[in-house]
Amino acid sequence: MSQEKQHISSYTSHFVVLITLIILTGISVAVTRVEMGPLNTLVAMIIAGAKASVVLAWFMHLKFDNKLFAIFTALVLVIFLLVLYVTFFDYSYR
Amino acid sequence: MEKITEHTAHVHRDDEGDKLGMWLFIFTELLLFGMLFLIYAVYRYKNPVAFQLGGEELDVFLGTLNTVILLISSATVAMSITAMQKGEKTKALILLGTTLFIAVVFLINKWFEWGAKIDYGLYPNSENLLELGHGTTLFFGLYYVMSGIHALHILIGIGLFVFVYRQIMVNKINKTDYVWLENVGLYWHLVDLIWIFLFPLFYLIH
Amino acid sequence: MSETNTTNQHVSFLKYQGKYKGLLGWILSTDHKRVGLLYLYTMLVFFSTAAILGLLMKLELIAPGMTIMGPQTYNAMFTVHGIIMIFIIVVPGLPAVFGNFFLPLMIGAKDVAFPRLNLLSWWVYVIGILTVLSSQFIGGWPDTGWTFYAPYSFRTPVNILPALFGAFILGFSSILTGINFIVTMHRMRCPGMTWFKMPLFPWTLYATAWIQVLATPVIGITLLLTVMERVMGVGIFNPAMGGDPILYQHLFWIYSHPAVYIMILPGMGVISEILPVFSRKRIYGYKAIVLSSLAIAFVGYFVWGHHMFTSGMSGRALYAFSFLTFLVAIPSAIKVFNWVSTMYKGSLNLQTPFYWAVSFIFVFMIGGLTGLVLGSLATNVHVHDTHFVVAHFHFIVFGGTGFSFMAALHYWFPKMFGRMYDRTWANTGWVIFFSGFLTLYLPMFYLGILGMPRRYYDYLPEFHGGNIISSLGAIAMIAGILIVFVNLIRSSRHGEKVTEKNPWGGRTLEWQTDTPPTLENWETEPTVTEQPYEYK
Repeated sequence: MSQEKQHISSYTSHFVVLITLIILTGISVAVTRVEMGPLNTLVAMIIAGAKASVVLAWFMHLKFDNKLFAIFTALVLVIFLLVLYVTFFDYSYR
Repeated sequence: MEKITEHTAHVHRDDEGDKLGMWLFIFTELLLFGMLFLIYAVYRYKNPVAFQLGGEELDVFLGTLNTVILLISSATVAMSITAMQKGEKTKALILLGTTLFIAVVFLINKWFEWGAKIDYGLYPNSENLLELGHGTTLFFGLYYVMSGIHALHILIGIGLFVFVYRQIMVNKINKTDYVWLENVGLYWHLVDLIWIFLFPLFYLIH
Repeated sequence: MSETNTTNQHVSFLKYQGKYKGLLGWILSTDHKRVGLLYLYTMLVFFSTAAILGLLMKLELIAPGMTIMGPQTYNAMFTVHGIIMIFIIVVPGLPAVFGNFFLPLMIGAKDVAFPRLNLLSWWVYVIGILTVLSSQFIGGWPDTGWTFYAPYSFRTPVNILPALFGAFILGFSSILTGINFIVTMHRMRCPGMTWFKMPLFPWTLYATAWIQVLATPVIGITLLLTVMERVMGVGIFNPAMGGDPILYQHLFWIYSHPAVYIMILPGMGVISEILPVFSRKRIYGYKAIVLSSLAIAFVGYFVWGHHMFTSGMSGRALYAFSFLTFLVAIPSAIKVFNWVSTMYKGSLNLQTPFYWAVSFIFVFMIGGLTGLVLGSLATNVHVHDTHFVVAHFHFIVFGGTGFSFMAALHYWFPKMFGRMYDRTWANTGWVIFFSGFLTLYLPMFYLGILGMPRRYYDYLPEFHGGNIISSLGAIAMIAGILIVFVNLIRSSRHGEKVTEKNPWGGRTLEWQTDTPPTLENWETEPTVTEQPYEYK
């Protein structure tokens, strides 16, 4: 039952993904030199989030695998962010 | 995932199930690091200036270098899966070997980075650090804990790569049965994923 | 490979001889049923140990002043009692014993998805226990309470490291079980067993397994950080170095509150199995029970702060956590209504498992409703850290998990051992246990409201009366436990033989296989066509 048809990613696609990731890293380092106040952290996190999504979707194959994995990953992320949010109910108002 | 066992005779192979199991394990890791990020968020919120000054102490060049090579290693392990799926065993081994090599280089870089900090007297509970105040103590405490646990994962990854490399050599992992390689790949991407967030949060604070 | 076993058909898993004989045949067996029993025996030993510690504490409290032990011993007692009961008994409890044994049977699988991992998780569990217990020999029993609160845990002169490491290792075991169960339920249901044809015990195990996977790493990293704090002085929870001890409490309860649902959810599943069988009626509101289990698992993540109402959190956080706490009470209440409605107009079959199940509902309701007292801010401040809290969580944890564990044991006993227990003794044991339980814990609510603080070996003379009643109740309850255990242990070897597949007339799959089940559970793979609990 297990041998469902596998999606085989090509070498080229992995290479393109890698270049994208390196470019994003470059942008992330470069943008640090621009003074934006608290926005700097936000931008850094957005870029990191983009990189993470690329890794999840292509390298970790979420884009091609069983959709269940992607749903679970999203769920875990939501739970983590909610825990973070609820924790800051304490710290932002203390 | 395993073959015969003494008491459970039925041999059932379920690659999809094995991968689901691996993903669940990855979730535990994500939450483990997630809590470290939560601690980081709380203390950075409370000590913004100290964290910024602490971040400026770190070597952006070494950090960026490690980020880039870790990304490359992620790509090579992904490519080695492609090679395995296509049945190109030698290529798969070369790509896996590259990943293994990069993992070791990453740790060597880390070694020098930590070494330099420790030479400065910046390590947990050191007098220098305590003099710098609470915020800096927390920053470096978290720096050592988080990059330390991350490095531990790299070390485990190296062990896994050696194991998988041998399995490919003896054809236990082959064109039709490569879920072990896939799962180790997933693990390695997780290690990369964590670093993607560690890097800006420690090295690029501005 | 499977040829070797075709000759072994109809041989009970208890008698099956594999590569290893005797004890090795058990501790190296990957058969889910044997692994389940390994957990059961281990827990029996440690439950008895911790129960005796509990009894000793109640004896200490029978009179004010020092009765049989001093303050340091008392601190060690409640700490070890807590660590054993929480980390070794109730958290793994139902999933590890009955989940391992019956999950594959109930969904028509031959084993769990990763049998070797399953055996490994038992080994990890044993290693964790040994690590915890080794603290006795290296540096004395821990005395911080099972919560290991900062900064006690890195200030106490006793060596707390073995306990911290032990709890960390036990967490691994829990995670492995959780991963195993989720994959098993996703991949190994028999033909026709759709998600909504799955019995309720597997469903609650599913919700539990998710909590095990997603919450346990939180305690893992927290304990690890405490170890680092103690060994290297990292400063993360140390107020002297800028750390925030309240953050430790946050992290601790981000795990430990969901852990309460790890304890109770499978218990709810067991009750949902037993009531339809002994009421001969289909369960009322199957989907409501399923969805409320998942809702509890989800909302349960965000209520941890109600353990910290007096810790100095921000006011905004207090309101938020109090609100969320009330929210999580709703799905629990839904279940109680479902159970009562299931019994309504059923033809009740009054047997021991049913008694345990009904008394579960009773104590669970008391525990749940007093939980609301603790969940609302004003009353919480009054009774915080008093015996009221102790009574509340014993009603939930012991009343909930303990009673459902006993119910499960009496319900599935004939299937597990192929023998029946002595019903008269079983019922006697239940009566004594139940009345002892109420006598033990009900006075503690009263004492708590009067203001008797927890975790002291001594108290003011005005609390004497209630404590005498409570301590006598403890003795009665231990007597009840003894009767139940002796009866079950005796019957597992000498009880009346049961060979029929379905002694209670259950409708779920585990009653369709041999008693006791054979090595691979099924002669032919079962197929499911109807809902569970379809009584006509």
